[in-house]
Amino acid sequence: MTHLDQLESQSVYILREAFNRIDRLAMLWSLGKDSNVMVWLARKAFFGHVPFPVMHIDTGRKFPEMYAFRDRYSREWNLNLILESCPPVEATDPTLPPAARSAARKTLGLRDAIAKHGLHGIIAGIRRDEESVRAKERVFSPRGDSGQWDFRDQPAEFWDHFNTDLPAGTHLRVHPLLHWTERDIWRYIRRERIPVVDLYFAKAGKRYRSLGDSDITFPMKSEAATIDEIIAELEATSAPERAGRAIDRETEDAFERLRAAGYM
Amino acid sequence: MVIVGHVDHGKSTLVGRLFHDTGALPDGKLEAIRTMCERRGMPFEWAFLMDAFQSERDQGITIDTAQIWLRSELRDYVIIDAPGHREFIKNMITGASSADAALLMIDASHGIQQQSRLHGFLINLLGIKQVAVVVNKMDLVGFSAGHYEDIRAAYARYLAGLGAKADYVVPVSARDGDNLVRRSARMPWYEGPTLMEALDSFRAAPRPVDMPLRLPVQDIYKFDQRRIVVGRIESGKVAVGDRLLFSPSNKIARVATIEGWNRTAPALQALAGESVGLTLDEQIFIERGEVASQPENPPVLTSVFRGRIIWLGRGNLRRDAEYRLKLCTLDVPVTVQAVERVYDTEDLSIHEASEVGRHGVADVILRSRAVIALDEAQSVASTGRFVLTDGHNIVAGGLVDMEGYPDQRQSLTVRSSNLSRVDHRVTADARVMRNGHKGGVLWFTGLSGAGKSTIAMEVERRLFQKGYLVYVLDGDNVRNGLNANLGFSPEDRAENIRRIGEVAALFADAGMIAITAFISPYRADRQRARSAAKSSFHEIYVKADVATCEKRDPKGLYKRARRGEIAEFTGVSAPYEEPEAAEFVVDTGALSVEDSVRSVVDYVARNFALTDTAPRA
Repeated sequence: MTHLDQLESQSVYILREAFNRIDRLAMLWSLGKDSNVMVWLARKAFFGHVPFPVMHIDTGRKFPEMYAFRDRYSREWNLNLILESCPPVEATDPTLPPAARSAARKTLGLRDAIAKHGLHGIIAGIRRDEESVRAKERVFSPRGDSGQWDFRDQPAEFWDHFNTDLPAGTHLRVHPLLHWTERDIWRYIRRERIPVVDLYFAKAGKRYRSLGDSDITFPMKSEAATIDEIIAELEATSAPERAGRAIDRETEDAFERLRAAGYM
Repeated sequence: MVIVGHVDHGKSTLVGRLFHDTGALPDGKLEAIRTMCERRGMPFEWAFLMDAFQSERDQGITIDTAQIWLRSELRDYVIIDAPGHREFIKNMITGASSADAALLMIDASHGIQQQSRLHGFLINLLGIKQVAVVVNKMDLVGFSAGHYEDIRAAYARYLAGLGAKADYVVPVSARDGDNLVRRSARMPWYEGPTLMEALDSFRAAPRPVDMPLRLPVQDIYKFDQRRIVVGRIESGKVAVGDRLLFSPSNKIARVATIEGWNRTAPALQALAGESVGLTLDEQIFIERGEVASQPENPPVLTSVFRGRIIWLGRGNLRRDAEYRLKLCTLDVPVTVQAVERVYDTEDLSIHEASEVGRHGVADVILRSRAVIALDEAQSVASTGRFVLTDGHNIVAGGLVDMEGYPDQRQSLTVRSSNLSRVDHRVTADARVMRNGHKGGVLWFTGLSGAGKSTIAMEVERRLFQKGYLVYVLDGDNVRNGLNANLGFSPEDRAENIRRIGEVAALFADAGMIAITAFISPYRADRQRARSAAKSSFHEIYVKADVATCEKRDPKGLYKRARRGEIAEFTGVSAPYEEPEAAEFVVDTGALSVEDSVRSVVDYVARNFALTDTAPRA
């Protein structure tokens, strides 16, 4: 069993637990590399099927390539796709810094979608190695009635006994990729031949390493035009993955505040 | 790899410094930490690398566990930082439970503290065998070899008390990097490996492929024409064509296919660690929570077991309280039948208690309503550990210990399957008319020395004189014949009682009164005897406490048990489970033998008479 086999097996176990224990479940599909891997793992877990809706919370500001990707693969993969929009930036917490406010639109869009569809579980593709606040997450993470994360008092979670019972009015975030790294993701994409948006591959000396809204995400200098080259680049770099994401570093606790309020 | 230890002994600092010294720190992180420290007007703090929450940085403590990836020249590590504050033990366990190795930090200037011991205890309980003790802040004790040696020796004694030992004890100054990656010039007396060398010598825990197969059923899928049983192989392996026994339902089927998706070729075999989907050759009804095994190497079946637990609940664990037991995919209610002993993690002494306080470690007896499949923790790790939940949260983690409790599998299995009952041509009523009384079983249960045999024999004599058809099934007599092939293992004891229950039921069916006089300490065994004799079963609790019985000690057995000459002696070194709803209780601690006998004879007269008048007086 290779390292990738072990990661896959653990994620499949988590997805199957979520499907068994949570009655109204949806998977978030941001169209990025991680959430494509996540949809792929669901097809592994459920033998070619994705037995719950796949939801895109659309800020309306994604790259055109991402929308084209969504329309093509939701058909090819036979996904039950739910599209939900986000409220305008004026509806967000005005004390947050500007880029964080922009990102907070997605939190509100998600909150509304959860209420609208009566969801009890949301599967999200976050990873511990992306960002140090995410490193503190549980696999099954309970959220308050407005989606907030009580990170000061998280429940115990060990021996793969996840918290699957929850009070009415709250929901669970399920994180099947929590134990993966960025390099694991690319190696798995290579092994399984999972399609990804073209923006990840370098053109004219630049590529996107992480994809968010087009107005708050920036490309990095890179010559990596193939998956192999991307993996080689990641082996060598010490630059953080989310360096091109403005929201992470506006203030010391900007990302923590976003997440506490329900951001993915 | 998890880093544990008392609060403020430098766990997060160690991680930060390790990252710096191995060159694994992401760009900009050093500057970001420096800015955070300057803003707070404090010296550079490595711990800020992993203490991601603002409240953690503001208070200078780690609240929750985090994971970070470190690369040495040899390999990749997942470093798990665990909080050392007593309040956050649940987070420490959450972090440590997935580790293959542990680093236990001890501050040289403060010495071994409460959490140093508790964390050592829990690391051992979690089954982490590879341990490096890190004696940190050596700079604060002048890099003194004597100081290091005192701590090393004291902690080795503590671990020895648990039957454990540390692979390395490394003196370091995490803040300055001494003996982390590079050898310290300030501690020339230390000849052992640097911390990084120690870590590189640890091995990832091997997958238990060569262990008995345990495949807990996670779900059954029917998305298309296939009916797929899914689950993760916790140990062993499974191949197409294998016969699988599902416990506790005891159903057997063969593996038809191992299903997959986006595979180049269909799998013919799957090993421990794999999440699999199987189709079976027969459409047997099984559910989530069952465990598949090879038929010849099945898990234990029981409705009662001992758990060594760490209690995490906010209130105390209480006797008679009900919790939910989660063991792999099984999820059933259990009751705390007894708290056997509580461990003091400071000095490893043992105490009697009826409750377990927060963060207490204890041995408790848990009982489920139905029979469940599990293993002893020491034989199969994954099916030998469990959590308890209360409301929405995990309140305990524990390991299964079956010492003194029999595997109920043998007694539960009906081996011959093509049997059909034949009806008698003499009715039960006709027998009652002929004998003048009903048949039945008087099942005496109680401790050794409670007076079961004495009372049984005297009751038999008096009932016989009154004209009853009555017979005592006595322990030694039965063991000389019917049960001559049985010894005294928990399984054999259970089988002994099972046969007596069946024989007594036949006596009752024949219209006689059968009196049995056996300790029969387990409720499960007595329950089985009751179901054999159905409504004619009368549980008679011959009651006297251990102290009273030990004083009587007619056969000198208690004395021998106390000297350790008799293993698993009921009341001394094995449990006695009191009847919960006995039909009749004879309190021989309070009554004389004569009064005890008379009360049972009166009970029989009231319950076995054909008419209002006693038979043939």
